[in-house]
Amino acid sequence: MSKPIIATASLAGCFGCHMSILDIDDRILKLIELVDFNKSPITDIKEFSQRCNIGIIEGGCCNTENVEVLKEFRDKCDILISLGECAIMGGLPALRNGIPVKECLDEAYCDGITVGENKEKIMPNDEELPIILDKVYPLHEIVKVDYYLPGCPPRADLIWEAVVALVTGDELKIPYELVKFD
Amino acid sequence: MSEKVKFTIDGKEFEGTKGQFIVDAAAENGVYIPVLCHWKDVTPSGSCRICSVKVNGRFMTACTTPLEDGMEVESETEEIQDIRKAIVEMLFVEGNHFCPACEKSGDCDLQGLGYRYQMMVPRFPYAFERRELDAASPKIFLEKNRCIFCKRCIRMIKDEQGKSYFAFKYRGKDLEISMDKELAKNMSEELAQEAMDICPVGAILRKEVGFAKPIGTRKYDKMPIGSDVESSQK
Ligand code: SF4
Ligand code: SF4
Ligand code: FES
Repeated sequence: MSKPIIATASLAGCFGCHMSILDIDDRILKLIELVDFNKSPITDIKEFSQRCNIGIIEGGCCNTENVEVLKEFRDKCDILISLGECAIMGGLPALRNGIPVKECLDEAYCDGITVGENKEKIMPNDEELPIILDKVYPLHEIVKVDYYLPGCPPRADLIWEAVVALVTGDELKIPYELVKFD
Repeated sequence: MSEKVKFTIDGKEFEGTKGQFIVDAAAENGVYIPVLCHWKDVTPSGSCRICSVKVNGRFMTACTTPLEDGMEVESETEEIQDIRKAIVEMLFVEGNHFCPACEKSGDCDLQGLGYRYQMMVPRFPYAFERRELDAASPKIFLEKNRCIFCKRCIRMIKDEQGKSYFAFKYRGKDLEISMDKELAKNMSEELAQEAMDICPVGAILRKEVGFAKPIGTRKYDKMPIGSDVESSQK
């Protein structure tokens, strides 16, 4: 039987969750015996080259590109996992939720105390750029998500236990210390 | 006055004092019933409902129901556990709880209950209401995004004349916690600390301290909330 295939992506996240995946240390050698990786920053494979069994996503959706990538993952992965607080509830980027986008952009590009000279009040508005959403969305408010691994970042042991349970079909028993929201 | 009575929780027999609240009687017997708004020996407000139990088959709040002889209390059933978990989830989506950036993280009772019930994601959509942070007091922040309306501060933090430092403003979905600016100006260090300690979440925080305890040494890092009560089980 061929190995299960995993794809991963970081949307509106800080890559901390991916660092936490790497934090499984030498178990990474066991991991590559258990699974293959497809599209993922870990392999640097940019596009899906086949259907995957598990998609792991860090970060919420803050712009149109995030939504596109998320929908592609939902299409091409059998199981989708929200990894970390930002994927689950928007996380720190979602601190802007409740504040109108215009106010945020004004602060970032025109009025903020760290903004240099911008007399013409220019804001990035190239058609190449993804459009910022009205707020940062948790993944499951956009597509169906199958599993959630909380934490900021999720503990490496939690990621390891969850992935192993998923590919081996063993029951997942999570020790108390592993489920944390910070 | 202190008449002893017998009662059961989940079929186990216990003894308590007639008229004391079920939640306190349970704790004295080493049984943890979660609370957020309750504080022993302070007039209960019964506002958070996390202590919901069934008494003789009917839903009651354990922090407001006086103990009677022969009461049959259900607490750890699947149905009640799920209701409590749902309440925790509701509180999480109703406020803005960004735990990674919260000074109370690790010592927070709401978060502690999230851990105890292994909340992986709330079943309700996030509200993301915009709420303000009130920094007018020289001693404390009032972070309205995290208030769960337990009324502990209103009931307990008062001046010598019995005047509350805190009060609710508005009604319904606009309800918010506020503090008396004049009183708060002269708040002592001790009272500020007390207010922070009785607030079950990170809504009242002392200024100039924060993230003082390293991860791993905070209240709920290693042991679930309620462990202290349960470890006293006779
Ligand atoms: S008050 Fe508690 S639940 Fe809310 S953000 Fe702070 S730690 Fe998290
Ligand atoms: S500020 Fe804290 S103590 Fe006061 S009502 Fe809100 S949650 Fe309760
Ligand atoms: S602890 Fe009983 S209603 Fe809040």
